[in-house]
Amino acid sequence: MAEEVNFICTACPQGCALTVLMENGEVLGVTGNSCKKGLDYANAETSDPRRMVATTVKIRNGFHPLLPVYTERPVPKPMIPQVLAEIRKVELEAPVVMKTVVLENVLGTGINVLASRSMPAKK
Amino acid sequence: MLAKQIYDVVIVGSGPGGVAAAIEAKKAGADDVLIIERDTELGGILLQCIHNGFGLELLKEDLPGPGYAQHFIEEMLSLHVEVLLNTMVMDITPQRHLFLSSKEHGYVEIEARSIVLAMGCRERTRAQIRIPGYRPNGIYTAGTAQRWVNVEGYMPGKEVVILGSGDIGMIMARRLTFEGAHVERVLEIQSYLSGLSRNLVQCLQDYDIPLQLNHTIKRILGKNRVEAIEAVQVDEKWNFVPGTEEIIPCDTLLLSVGLIPENELSRKAGVKLDPITSGPYVDETFQTNVPGIFAAGNVVHVYDLVDWVSEAGFSAGKSAAKYAIALRNAEARYTPLVAGKNVRYVVPHKLDKSTLEAEDVRLQMRVTRPIEQPVWVEVHDGENLITRKAERYVRPGEMVTVVLKTKNYADVAKASKLTIDINPR
Amino acid sequence: MQEKYDYIIIGGGVVGCMIARWLSRYEGKVLLIEKEADVGMGCSSANTAIVHAGYDPLPGSLKARMNVKGNAMWDTLAGELNFAFERRGDYVVAIGDDELPLVHKLMDQGKKNGVPGMMMIDGAEMRAREKNINPETSGALWASTGGICDPFQVTVAAGENAVMNGAKVLLNTAFQDFIMEGKRIIGVRTNRGDFLCRWVINSAGIYSDDVMHKAGVRPEFIIKPRKGEYYIFDRADVSIDNVLFPVPSAKGKGILVTTTLHENTIAGPNGTIIEDKEDTSSTKEGLEEVAAGALKLVPSLNLRHSIANFAGLRPMGNGPCKTPGVVYNNDYIIEIPEEVQGLVNLGGIESPGLTSAPAIAEEVVDMLRDAGEKFVEKKDWDPIRPGRPRFRNMSHKDRQLLVEMDPRFGQVICRCENITEGEIIAEIRAPIPARTYDAIKRRTWLGTGRCQGGFDMTRVVTILSRELGISPLEVTKRGTGSEYLFRQTKQVEG
Repeated sequence: MAEEVNFICTACPQGCALTVLMENGEVLGVTGNSCKKGLDYANAETSDPRRMVATTVKIRNGFHPLLPVYTERPVPKPMIPQVLAEIRKVELEAPVVMKTVVLENVLGTGINVLASRSMPAKK
Repeated sequence: MLAKQIYDVVIVGSGPGGVAAAIEAKKAGADDVLIIERDTELGGILLQCIHNGFGLELLKEDLPGPGYAQHFIEEMLSLHVEVLLNTMVMDITPQRHLFLSSKEHGYVEIEARSIVLAMGCRERTRAQIRIPGYRPNGIYTAGTAQRWVNVEGYMPGKEVVILGSGDIGMIMARRLTFEGAHVERVLEIQSYLSGLSRNLVQCLQDYDIPLQLNHTIKRILGKNRVEAIEAVQVDEKWNFVPGTEEIIPCDTLLLSVGLIPENELSRKAGVKLDPITSGPYVDETFQTNVPGIFAAGNVVHVYDLVDWVSEAGFSAGKSAAKYAIALRNAEARYTPLVAGKNVRYVVPHKLDKSTLEAEDVRLQMRVTRPIEQPVWVEVHDGENLITRKAERYVRPGEMVTVVLKTKNYADVAKASKLTIDINPR
Repeated sequence: MQEKYDYIIIGGGVVGCMIARWLSRYEGKVLLIEKEADVGMGCSSANTAIVHAGYDPLPGSLKARMNVKGNAMWDTLAGELNFAFERRGDYVVAIGDDELPLVHKLMDQGKKNGVPGMMMIDGAEMRAREKNINPETSGALWASTGGICDPFQVTVAAGENAVMNGAKVLLNTAFQDFIMEGKRIIGVRTNRGDFLCRWVINSAGIYSDDVMHKAGVRPEFIIKPRKGEYYIFDRADVSIDNVLFPVPSAKGKGILVTTTLHENTIAGPNGTIIEDKEDTSSTKEGLEEVAAGALKLVPSLNLRHSIANFAGLRPMGNGPCKTPGVVYNNDYIIEIPEEVQGLVNLGGIESPGLTSAPAIAEEVVDMLRDAGEKFVEKKDWDPIRPGRPRFRNMSHKDRQLLVEMDPRFGQVICRCENITEGEIIAEIRAPIPARTYDAIKRRTWLGTGRCQGGFDMTRVVTILSRELGISPLEVTKRGTGSEYLFRQTKQVEG
């Protein structure tokens, strides 16, 4: 039997309210979206929900004590706690340049963790 | 030291609005552009907004705040914009004089042909929403907590309640959860979310943080440090609903109850503010009621997306450059007339060169002392003599006249100033 | 070995600090103990900041005498201690015709008390002098000797001058009991040990009843805390330049609307009698009462422009007036009681306690002299407590010179109130050092503006940590238990 699932699309800041018609885990149709991203989002959210993760890591001798970092692509939602735990283990030495890979292929996801900004060394 | 005393465009604040204004001012032809930042580095509040979601409109890339800031800062620096860090602008006059204070440069006055105000906004505080109770520690605006957690590296709480469903509040709920704190819930007095709905999904629902609409805080408990808050449901007129009170133990209360454009400086400069936006009244070029003073970004009204702040900055920067260039050209049309040796004053004080192209101009002056012998009244540009006139003597009681002829135009046009000396023959 | 003092003062409010300052003029060792992390943490800092003319207290009461005498001492005091004080005068405003007789009565009372410089003005004159006043005003009492000050600054300045002249101030030191030798007090017991002395001065404010009971004095005397709540307004939006009182009622002088020396308009206080001596919480009902009272005087006041609210407790006592024929049961107690030896006992020093403080200090010295103390002035006594630069109040030229002399004055830490790093460090190194955020806030007015510390808070924590050589985790708002931070972001167990 088909069922309706309601989502808020997070693909962009517009935040469309999607209604997804589903049967046996299959998406039959989507309404409420304003663009194609909404369809993709609905498909992904029902099969493999993913999120961008942004946090910080320790950096020695930096202008600030922490370096902000982010995943270059969204990671599977259920893996977020483990991803955070992995990132927490990282400790860097300043200087670091923006978009440097600070953690490669985190937990085998094929996704790198990048520096969100450059961090000069302490003056 | 500062490179200049007078700048084409001075920008106050190096958040996304200010940086965009600096970029576009340079691109539009302004020569000396100065950006002033009170903090230790460029970028403004974006530096502590480490979450993603910036740049989708403008850069077609999903960047964290610091990355978005750096993208534009690098472009700005490549255009040779002058930067002042750790510097607070204390005062701006309607004549566009600025008073700056810093450890490194001291307390200085500079002048700008145009100014872009880009001070951003500040967070509404507890008092502005008038929560009664004790005044313990542990009540912070979401932005203050964000700076501690993300930049300075300290946690301001373990058990947290957030009042207000603004974006920074929801984002901090997720952030604190990531760093091991427990966010008990988010309370919102209105019947609807005040931030973006994507943040409800990504920041609260994903981490099972409850949001209670139509709820607020009745009082705060704890004398030295927050020990609990009393939450209460409200009706549509925001009156407390009796019997719905609930004591929620916590050590920290974060406030995400709105942002207000920061316009103390604007007021000093004589800029008129709209009581609804709390920002300046602006025209389509982002010029305020004070000629030559522009405003861009959250200082005008609070935006939901940084991309639009940058866009506003581009417009304001371009307009400010245009204004400054027009003013500079007007200044360049004139040549000052300077009283030189033995001359007390000269009228006129300055000369519009284009006038001399069409007609002769009479210069009149008085001398400082009698010279009872033949003299030359000489007009020169510092190096070359342009014209001179002989007199048998000069006396303070008798006005001296010399005429610049249209044939002198070519020489005068090249001069940065004209000096009149009276020398014995 | 126990330290021995000549005089120990219990309580570092404005009265205690003023007594310390008066006693420090003479040979003898003076110790002031204060239970909180700073002086002036009680009633002395949470009040209306007014130096009262003296028409309010009942003629014949000790309150009336201290008020009028104290008021006259403020110009000299402000000059010597370098705190800001302005005799702006104050108004008691009648709204509607019914209130006018009460104002006349107050004028008569003032004359009996010996208050100089009072006159009645009519409604039109009042409206001309304060354009925001309720247009229904029928007239007002104008008392030209009324003044405004920053009460916290006054307290600190007096305490600092005492320290400069050899007095010792111990903070975080709570009185527990007297050490007696028969009927003679020979010292005090505190949470930080025993201190011996010849005289104890009880200036414990709201706790003065508890202190005197420990000495077996006046068991019937009790202090009822009277809570006063206030609103503070943004100076950019609201500017009332006058001190405006309503006609007084049985509850006291009423809810007034006044300006502070920091140019913020404030409204309050109400006066709720409560039980808990630590309950400085503001309440919804109380603030509503304040709003209603303020709107009666200034109908155009908009609560949206309020930037803070707070509450303070007044030590209302049940001390009987000693003057024959005057029936009054809320008078000040200033005495050397006969039940014990070695105690100067103060009690019930509520409003106008701030105004009276210098007169009370002088009264205490006179009483001690009458009791046989031989006061010999110190050869190097210095009545002057130097002021410190206030960047905000300086001209552009002076700011430039100051920053040239010390660049730290160029670093602005509080953007709304323009408080600089130089000023913060000066307070941390002052004779009574500021060691908490609130101590700096009260001394400089930092963090009191529109953003209420939103910008400066993280920066001040960093400066305090650096200057005091402690971790940011140890920096507090107002002493132990009010820390800002719990741990480093990246220090997570597990």
